Amino acid sequence: MNETPLWASESFWKKIAIWVTAGSFVILVILTMDSLSKTGAGSKRVPAYAVINKKIDYQFKTALHKSMPVIGDNEFLFGKEYSEEEARQLVDLGKKTTQTKNCMNCHTILGNGAYYAPDLTKAWLDQGWISGEMRENMMVKFLMDPANNARTFGSNRKMPNLAITEQEAKGIIAFLKWMSSIDTNGFPYNFKTIEAQE
Amino acid sequence: MNTSDLNGIIPKSNRLLDKARTYLDDFKAWVNLDSSNLSTGQQLAVKYFTVAVILFFAQLLFGMLAAIQFIYPGFLYEILDFNVNRMVHINAMIVWMLYGFIGSIYWLIEDESGTGIVGLKWANIAFWVLTGAVTLVVLVYLFIQIGPGKDSSLWFINEGREYIEAPRWADLGITAVMLVFFYNVVATFSKGQWSGIGGVLVLDLIALVGLYLAGMFYMTNITHEQYWWWWVIHLWVEATWEVLVGVIMAWSLMKLLGVRRKIVQTWLYIEVALMFGSGILGLGHHYFWIGMPEYWLSVGGFFSALEPIPLVAMVVHAVYDAGVHAFKTVNHPALAWVVAHAFGNFFGAGVWGFMHTLPQINMYTHGTQWSASHGHLSFFGAYATINIAFFYLAIQQWRGGVWMAAGAHHAWRWKWALGLLNAGVVGMTIALLIAGYEQSFIERAVEGSTWGGYFAAQNEPSFQRAMGWRLLFGGITLAGFILLVWDLLTIGKGETRKIPTINQS
Ligand code: HEM
Ligand code: HEM
Ligand SMILES: [Fe+2]
Repeated sequence: MNETPLWASESFWKKIAIWVTAGSFVILVILTMDSLSKTGAGSKRVPAYAVINKKIDYQFKTALHKSMPVIGDNEFLFGKEYSEEEARQLVDLGKKTTQTKNCMNCHTILGNGAYYAPDLTKAWLDQGWISGEMRENMMVKFLMDPANNARTFGSNRKMPNLAITEQEAKGIIAFLKWMSSIDTNGFPYNFKTIEAQE
Repeated sequence: MNTSDLNGIIPKSNRLLDKARTYLDDFKAWVNLDSSNLSTGQQLAVKYFTVAVILFFAQLLFGMLAAIQFIYPGFLYEILDFNVNRMVHINAMIVWMLYGFIGSIYWLIEDESGTGIVGLKWANIAFWVLTGAVTLVVLVYLFIQIGPGKDSSLWFINEGREYIEAPRWADLGITAVMLVFFYNVVATFSKGQWSGIGGVLVLDLIALVGLYLAGMFYMTNITHEQYWWWWVIHLWVEATWEVLVGVIMAWSLMKLLGVRRKIVQTWLYIEVALMFGSGILGLGHHYFWIGMPEYWLSVGGFFSALEPIPLVAMVVHAVYDAGVHAFKTVNHPALAWVVAHAFGNFFGAGVWGFMHTLPQINMYTHGTQWSASHGHLSFFGAYATINIAFFYLAIQQWRGGVWMAAGAHHAWRWKWALGLLNAGVVGMTIALLIAGYEQSFIERAVEGSTWGGYFAAQNEPSFQRAMGWRLLFGGITLAGFILLVWDLLTIGKGETRKIPTINQS
């Protein structure tokens, strides 16, 4: 009874620990390479930045039992058609601004962040912007002066003034429009877009 | 300003400094701790612990401000907005826990390797550099807050990415300090002797520091950016931090209870295998909805569902050992917090994590107060508790190795601090859970997650009541913290009985 059985010995578990860790990590690296290659801007799941020139919707597909982004005809942003590079620059400005203004510590982006303000994943498609025609202008005005264009839905929670310039506001809107076209595996579920109500 | 004004200011500020110095001296005399009870490595460790406690206080304070804003949105509006308070709340948490871990490791490696810390001078410089950097980062958070949408803002103000907001200059500084720390650990074990605990510790630290680098880059593609961001957050708290805590626990169980080395080391390897085996691919539970391929729904769901298993193993290990040794220990508060850790880790991470980790459920709970409920119980239960346990070990030594078990004076203080802190966090967790269910139902399931749906859920009386309860229990948490600090400063004062040495059995 003095012999320690293999399954209870230190060296056995040491080897297991090393192999399990190394194995899991190798699988993660392989999956990472695959996932990143399938989600570059311009892939099927994550459209090219020039998608901001198009009409975007998010529709429930009964067969898949989830909603999917639907990319339609031309629908220029701020009345301008952007080349892929121009679009990338504008989205980049917007994305960077969402970081430097710390949006994520009130809002969620793709569902991650803080829970004090609504999710931004499909903000471009939200019915809160009333109609497709009014949307762009409302958004610019709101972002530049949220206190006086407050959209509190009866909650008294107002977004603060974050000193967002007009160019930054346009960038943010381009970023939101591009993000709304990403295939998020059906999150959020059963979302009714601004297009659906018209 | 003319020079005569200046002439008036200098003596005035001198007088103020003198006054501050007298207060500090009075405070030190009252606390009456003798640092000659500590080795030089331990003296460094307690510096880390001191800053950790101060940042813990900052965490709770700014959490309270943010919680008040949920009820009175006008509170500090455009002065300290919610995003600023929340950022300080969670950053202070990450940083105080890292300070606690670093301090614990400096503390235990001397004992574990059997020699003094190698490169202590560098370690001390690194401490002051890190603390200076943290102070500067917090001041910028509070007084500059945000910047224009340019790279310079990411470099000098904040990176705007939850949990790792620190600007890039600080990222580089933190990495440099971590390299010094890493050098200390490796060189100390190399000079003294290696052990199973030492080996796991070093490999884990390589992973921990390496992962931090994954979070330093800016990307336009939000899907890729969040992919790497989770490498830091998830692979820290659900892999490398868990293992680090396993190391600290293994060492503490030997010290507190006299458990045999062979037993704790075997358990440590089992924990590493189970934790990394489930936690590394469990990362996938954050990839369900960020644009990543569908296979993550299966991979993430499956492996993350296994993550509670190592946490069960850890509870069994700690409680079994405590039972075998009949809870005989010379430090009651430390053992109590170790037990709180084992259960907190199991419930906060294991149970609360499991409840929303399958994609079919996460579809509705994702990004609601449900996550916050889990976040509070897990970070507190898994990591705040073990750090507090270590604070008690440290203070015992600092007092000169006095008795802190049965019949110790003023034991009500640590007991009440333990009770209030745990009751406070559990209370907040339950309040947030109720709010989370309500949000999942009204906002996600019924309203389809529109902005209107979001606010409909926020305006529900049951949600608002939950926010009130959260604030109340936050206050209880804060009260427990204040009592904890008082106890840490006074416990063992005037105690003359020394601890007998513990033999491993
Ligand atoms: C001590 C260990 C753990 C800590 C400290 C921790 C902490 C957290 C925190 C703070 C979040 C919120 C992240 C955010 O702000 O978006 C989170 C999310 C999450 N955690 Fe954990 N966690 C731990 C362990 C676990 C375990 C073991 C599981 C599963 C069994 C789990 C499952 C989840 C899931 C599914 C989410 C995503 C929530 C969402 O979709 O919004 N966690 N965790
Ligand atoms: C005085 C006690 C506390 C109060 C009033 C408080 C309040 C808050 C508030 C208002 C938030 C923002 C949630 C949101 O975005 O809606 C938050 C987030 C958070 N707090 Fe606390 N908190 C307290 C203590 C703690 C403690 C002790 C811990 C852990 C040790 C903790 C960990 C966290 C984490 C991880 C988050 C982010 C959660 C997520 O994003 O899912 N808090 N807290
Ligand atoms: Fe996770």
